[in-house]
Amino acid sequence: MLIIVLKIIIPFLVIMQLLPLLIWLERKGAAYIQDRRGPNRAAILGVRLGGVVHSLADVVKLIFKEDIFPTNANKFIYTIAPFIAMAVACVTFAVIPWASPLEWKGSAFSLQAVDLNVGILYIFAIGSMGVYGIMLAGWGSNNKYSLLGGLRASAQMISYELTLSLSVVGVLIFAGSLELNTIVQNQGSNLLSWNVIRQPLGCLLFVVSAFAETNRLPFDLPEAEAELVAGYHVEYSSLKFALFFMAEYANMIVASALIATLFFGGWQVPFVSTETLRTYAQPIAYYSVLGLGLFSVAAGWFLVRRKHKVVYHDARDYETKVLGFPALLVGLALIAGQILYGPLPLGETGSQVAAAAFQFGAFLAKILFFCWVFIWVRWTLPRFRYDQLMKLGWRVMLPLALLNVVVTAGIYLWF
Amino acid sequence: MTQAVEKTDALKAKPVYLNLGPSHPTMHGTLRLFCELDGEIIKRSIAEFGYLHRGFEKHAENSTWTQVIPYTDRLNYVSAMMNNVGYCKAVEELLDLEIPERAQTIRVIVCEMNRIIDHLVCTGTNLVDIGALTNFWYYFNVRERFYNIIEQLCGARLTTAYTRIGGLMRDLYPGFEDEMRACLKDLAKAIEDVTGLLNTNKIFLNRTIGVGPISKEDAIRHGFTGPCLRATGVGLDLRKAQPYYGYENYDFEVVVGEHGDSYDRIVVRFEEMKQSARIIEQAMAKLKPGPIMTDDKRVALPPKAEVYTNIEALMNHFKLIYEGIRPPVGEVYSATEAANGELGFYIVSDGSGTPYRVKCRPPCFPIFQAYPMMVEGKMLADAIAILGNLNIIAGELDR
Repeated sequence: MLIIVLKIIIPFLVIMQLLPLLIWLERKGAAYIQDRRGPNRAAILGVRLGGVVHSLADVVKLIFKEDIFPTNANKFIYTIAPFIAMAVACVTFAVIPWASPLEWKGSAFSLQAVDLNVGILYIFAIGSMGVYGIMLAGWGSNNKYSLLGGLRASAQMISYELTLSLSVVGVLIFAGSLELNTIVQNQGSNLLSWNVIRQPLGCLLFVVSAFAETNRLPFDLPEAEAELVAGYHVEYSSLKFALFFMAEYANMIVASALIATLFFGGWQVPFVSTETLRTYAQPIAYYSVLGLGLFSVAAGWFLVRRKHKVVYHDARDYETKVLGFPALLVGLALIAGQILYGPLPLGETGSQVAAAAFQFGAFLAKILFFCWVFIWVRWTLPRFRYDQLMKLGWRVMLPLALLNVVVTAGIYLWF
Repeated sequence: MTQAVEKTDALKAKPVYLNLGPSHPTMHGTLRLFCELDGEIIKRSIAEFGYLHRGFEKHAENSTWTQVIPYTDRLNYVSAMMNNVGYCKAVEELLDLEIPERAQTIRVIVCEMNRIIDHLVCTGTNLVDIGALTNFWYYFNVRERFYNIIEQLCGARLTTAYTRIGGLMRDLYPGFEDEMRACLKDLAKAIEDVTGLLNTNKIFLNRTIGVGPISKEDAIRHGFTGPCLRATGVGLDLRKAQPYYGYENYDFEVVVGEHGDSYDRIVVRFEEMKQSARIIEQAMAKLKPGPIMTDDKRVALPPKAEVYTNIEALMNHFKLIYEGIRPPVGEVYSATEAANGELGFYIVSDGSGTPYRVKCRPPCFPIFQAYPMMVEGKMLADAIAILGNLNIIAGELDR
């Protein structure tokens, strides 16, 4: 029972922890792409963490904003819409595998909330619910801009869902299963056997449709701030707005996780198979903890030694010290522990857990990379126009996706 | 079958009426477009302005001739110095006054600098309208540097009031030329960055090519001037057509487009910035030391030393301060090529210390009249994209 609860809560918590990080990444990334500095003011006792603390300030701000109901808005629909948007984004995560299943007392213990045998179908089914959140928000706000945003969203998401689902069919043919864990295992740890190599067109189509599904630029028509002010969430304030905001990033994480799982080997560490990881778990763990310790010491030393060019005459002057000393101490402790006690015997279960931790790290790195791609594209490309978007979806992407299915199936049949 | 058709006919659809503006993030200033929508397509539209009317012309009738100069800053606040120059040039023509050569050259430099700033703002914000936000920052970093120059030049960033009737308020500061050259280098880099991001960008090309075209004849009929007219292929530039301040001696090209669509309007502005940079380089090369204010007693205050020692100078000073400049009875229309097009001032003097009438011909007034025609039948997103590159400045439009 406890394990089931943990399995449900942990993916949710991972998303919730990634959200502020992503918002920070978006702000800072945008700033550096645009020749600016980005958030660097909000601080707790002088610690700014390069702007991460700003997300906290935002949360506080959003909580204390007045919660406004527009005149003549449909209260029920207006209230429920942001919840749908956020819930859908979080629930999708349930079937995504975090690491290779543990073998425990003869039975496999999968590291995902639910190991559904129709995993990918579940994701598409739940994912298409996401449009309700946006559509209802657009309808319920009693605002013409919102309505236009909602209409755009529904048309766009329904059109691109077709391509999204069809582009995965090739992958499913290769894996012979709808289970996400099987799809990942089928790809193997060899980089050349990942689906991105086997299904390049499918991967491209999937990534583009994922952009459209998450309503990110160049497909952010539902909230196009130029013509629709803020689109479907123009009337929202306070935490309801925050929910939409979070849902956007949660969707981004889900989309990144899906791209990684379906096309980039999921939790597979490149060129290192699960067996190798488990066999050499002990030395790998030993050296990586040692490396972490060394890195921590180096970073701490760098921070402690660093002299400020500007002296603020307030708590910010001690920022480097506050961050540097603990890093230094933790690093030293890690190194000392490793040297004194040597490689600890991990045992059967321990090596499995260590291997799973590594795979989890690799998966997280992949997710963050694709999130960065989302951010990168957003600050590089202009926005489509509504009719151009539809044309691209129906006339280019859908035929290509169909072609991909036919060609893949043909190749699979004859070779 | 016929029954089905009848049924769809019976479904009465009501058009949606949408107010774009006056407070809308991309209605540059306080403009309002009231449109009838069929889905996303604008069926009919009415463009309305006047939300920023401050009565510039009436103000001018109650101020001395010199006091009008700060009001002109508020016309086109994006390129304030060009309005200063335009107004002062008109009054000087009324007085039949020739300003010193150095003052002319400096006016050319600041005008071209403001033209660059105006085009930076116009194209930068227009790209934001179509969703490409990063270019905006590349441009605004350069613009910031130009504004630093302006700040050092006259103490203000936006409301410059840099010119005086008969010359300038202040000479260039030491080190101006080096700073300007560094800025122009940055500008070239920024243009390169932005064109690098856009030139082969399919989305950008789709959003601009063939969007909001206007034919030569329509443009002329509406009274278009400036980059919007030149984008249609008419090479009218007052700097070439009626040269002033020695523009005939500078080597620069009039950039013309072909189709008069959004793409041409943006590209014409890109190229004009490069041409303006060329003019600034040439002007700085031929800048010679000399006075920046005419010594004409009708407009220029005598030197302080003379005021204290010479009775005539004292009287002159007193009259100029108390009565102001008194141009002879008459009227004049004088036009300069401002960033948006022909900026004209029609001035009537009754010989008193205040203008009888100052009529301003803002370049974007005729352009805005064509806007509803240009957006009808287009999509909502296009309406915003077109408005951006027409460069309507509400301060100038409403006066």
